[in-house]
Amino acid sequence: MRTRLPTGLLVGSGLALMVLLVLPTLALLARAARPAFFGALLDPTVATALRLSLATTAVSLAATVLFGTPVAYLLARTRFRGKALLEALLDLPLVLPPVVAGLGLLLLLGRRGLLGAPLAALGVHVAFTSTAVVLAQLFVASPLYVRSMKAAFRSTPPSLEAAAVTLHASRLRTFRRVTLPLTLPAFLEGCVLTWTRALGEFGATIVVAGSLAGRTQTMPLAIYAELERNLDAALAMGAILTLAAFGLLLLFRRLTRAA
Amino acid sequence: MTRFLRWTASLVLVAAANLALAQGLTVFAASSLTDAFTALAQAFESAHPGVHVTLDFAASSTLATQILQGAPADVFASANPIQMARVTDAGLQAAPPTPFAGNRLVLVTPRGSSVSDLQDLARPGTLLVLAAPQVPAGHYADELLHAAEGVYGTALVERIRANVVSREPNVRQTAAKVALGAADAAIVYATDARGLAGVRTVPLPDALQPAIVYPLVVLRGAGHADLADAFRAFVLSAPGRAALADYGFAPPP
Repeated sequence: MRTRLPTGLLVGSGLALMVLLVLPTLALLARAARPAFFGALLDPTVATALRLSLATTAVSLAATVLFGTPVAYLLARTRFRGKALLEALLDLPLVLPPVVAGLGLLLLLGRRGLLGAPLAALGVHVAFTSTAVVLAQLFVASPLYVRSMKAAFRSTPPSLEAAAVTLHASRLRTFRRVTLPLTLPAFLEGCVLTWTRALGEFGATIVVAGSLAGRTQTMPLAIYAELERNLDAALAMGAILTLAAFGLLLLFRRLTRAA
Repeated sequence: MTRFLRWTASLVLVAAANLALAQGLTVFAASSLTDAFTALAQAFESAHPGVHVTLDFAASSTLATQILQGAPADVFASANPIQMARVTDAGLQAAPPTPFAGNRLVLVTPRGSSVSDLQDLARPGTLLVLAAPQVPAGHYADELLHAAEGVYGTALVERIRANVVSREPNVRQTAAKVALGAADAAIVYATDARGLAGVRTVPLPDALQPAIVYPLVVLRGAGHADLADAFRAFVLSAPGRAALADYGFAPPP
């Protein structure tokens, strides 16, 4: 121990970051916790945005589980050339600025986009629809689920599955009764992270889906618009999102401890 | 480790001191003023050596909200009197606002588009993009569509409104959706259409044009009241107006 950090400095700098991480949330909740909060909850803008956010994130979460689970399983259990490259590509949306993600999606799905143009010829329009909202959420959030599940499948010993198979369990039954229960904590973690990320999606959504109440204006977009028009509504939606995210994180901690 | 911390701390202090010294004039201006005010600020800087003008462009509604929340702006140039009034109603002005420019609304469409007038926007499947209702450009577009009801009938205008697929956060992003080829048409200012590559501009009739007024104000508690006054005077001067005209702005109506 040649250079020992003074305890005061350690605690002091630790506290500084903790204060920064905690205080903005408290400031938001304190400001929102007023009688106007309940009035704002009845504001049609808030109800419309809340409904759209719940509907789109439910679809994107379901699609993530449906398509993400096999992707994670394959990546965890197989080896092939270029796998590292593929994995990096699949993780890219996590570190890409969301606005850039939205621009990419728009250049793919827009009216003159790579896929958008042929689709438009068939009369199908994706950009500026609720479908675009779901696709933006899938793009930015599903890699979180794939990552969690990939790690979980990797740490599940294949010998356990082999044992089940020797006991004449079908492959599907083995997956359901052995593999899935072992990966339950990772599954919950992946779902919570994916859902909260999708719920908070802003940058990609506003670029590829635009902002129209009832169709593409999810809660974060509505908060941004209402900030300039109806601060109470923006605060109410901000508080709802904060509480929902916090509640989910707490629930997830309890569930994983129980599992 | 302690040495590293000391080194980091001194670096932070130096950076903070630099930020404190590098203060100049801060101008908050409507998105549509992006090109014109960038040029005006450059001309102002060369006329006032040592002065640095920091420009912040966003929807006037966004800027007004930021100013109301205490953003350190010295000058605010709004694209309509409504957003200016939010600031002056709060008593944040040093002097009453002055109108300094006017504008017109146009349609922009991707090159090769078959949209050639306002009525074409009513065709089913047309993707029309407007600025958000609280954003001046969106408010003016709503006024224009309201005026169009008297000329083309409510039914046609309702069909146009049904084709609106997005209300964008500011006028530049509204125009960008057309420039990217993602939307079929947008209603923006004539000045926004000028600088856009790959788009076609369709003029809109005089009878439908709303009265577009850009007011400018020096804010109370500006860090540099004298510089802010000088900037205001420069915008209103003959060279200032000529520069605005160069970018397609009309005199205030």
